[in-house]
Amino acid sequence: MRDRVTLVWLALMVITCVTWWLGADHPFRAESIRLASALALGLAFVKARFVGLDFMELRRAPVHLRMAFEMWVAAFGISTVMVFLV
Amino acid sequence: MKPSAEADLPEFLWIDDEPGDDELQVESCEARLAVDSRRRTPGEGGLWIFLLGDMSLFGFFFLTFLSYNRTHRKEFAAAADGLLRPLGATNTLVLLISSYCVVLAVRALAAGTPNRARPLVLGAMACAAAFVVLKAVEWTHEVSAGHTPGENLFYLFYFVMTGVHLLHVLVGGVLLEYLRRRTHTQDAWELSRVGIEAAAVYWHMVDLLWIVIFTLLYLVCVG
Repeated sequence: MRDRVTLVWLALMVITCVTWWLGADHPFRAESIRLASALALGLAFVKARFVGLDFMELRRAPVHLRMAFEMWVAAFGISTVMVFLV
Repeated sequence: MKPSAEADLPEFLWIDDEPGDDELQVESCEARLAVDSRRRTPGEGGLWIFLLGDMSLFGFFFLTFLSYNRTHRKEFAAAADGLLRPLGATNTLVLLISSYCVVLAVRALAAGTPNRARPLVLGAMACAAAFVVLKAVEWTHEVSAGHTPGENLFYLFYFVMTGVHLLHVLVGGVLLEYLRRRTHTQDAWELSRVGIEAAAVYWHMVDLLWIVIFTLLYLVCVG
C-alpha cells in the first residue's frame, strides 16, 4: 500500500526513531545540545502537522478548518521553540 | 445586446453570444459548489472547536513547562535524564501504529467493508492497551525510585502532563470500542459516518499530543 498515508506513517516512525537515537548520546558541547533539542522540538510539531493533515484528513477539509489547525501548529511550534531557546 | 423578443424573460435566461456577467456568476457559483462538495469537514464543526480548544490548553501547558525549564534548567535536565526514554519512545511508536490502524479502518468502513475494518480497530485497541500498560510500568518505576509529583517542578509536570494525557487515552479507548461496534454493522458508514470520523479524529489528537509531550519531557530538557 504505497499511498500517501502509508508513506507519511513510515516517515513519522523513522523520524521518531532518529530523534530517540540522537537524544541518547551527548558527545557534543552544551551549545550543540541546546540546538539539537530545539530542533527535536520543532520536528515534533512538524510530525504533529502531518498527523493532522494526513491522518485527520485536514488536507481535504474546508479551508478555514485547515487554517485553524495550521495556526495551532505555527503558534505553539514557534512559541515553544522560542521559549526554550531564547 | 439583448434581442427585444427576449427582453421579457428573466435576466439569467438571456442567451448571449459570449458569457455575460450573469452567466459568469452562475458558472463561478457552480464551480464554488463543486469545490466545496469535494472539501469535507471530518466529523463535524462543533467537534473541532472542542479539539482545537483542548489542543490549545495543552499548548499553554507546554509553554508553561518550558518557561519553568528556563529558570530551572539544571534541575529539569537532571530529572529528565532519569526518565526511561525507551518506554516513552516505544509509547510514541505504539500510538503511531494505532493511528495508522485507525486511518485504514475508517477507509475500510467508508468502502463498505466492515470485515476488513474489524482487525484494524482491534489492532488499535491492542496498541491503546499496550500504551496504558507501559505507562503503568513507567510510573511504578518512577514512584519506586522515590519520585513523586511533589518532589519538584519537573516531576509535577511529568505526572500531571502524562496523567491528563492518559485520561485522554482512556476516553479514546471508549471511542475505539464505539468504532469496533461499527465494524459489526453492515451500513455503518451510511448510518454513522460523522461518529466514526469523530472517534478517529479524537484518537489522532491523542497521538498528536503525545508526540509533543514525549519530546518535551524525554528529549528536550537535557544538557
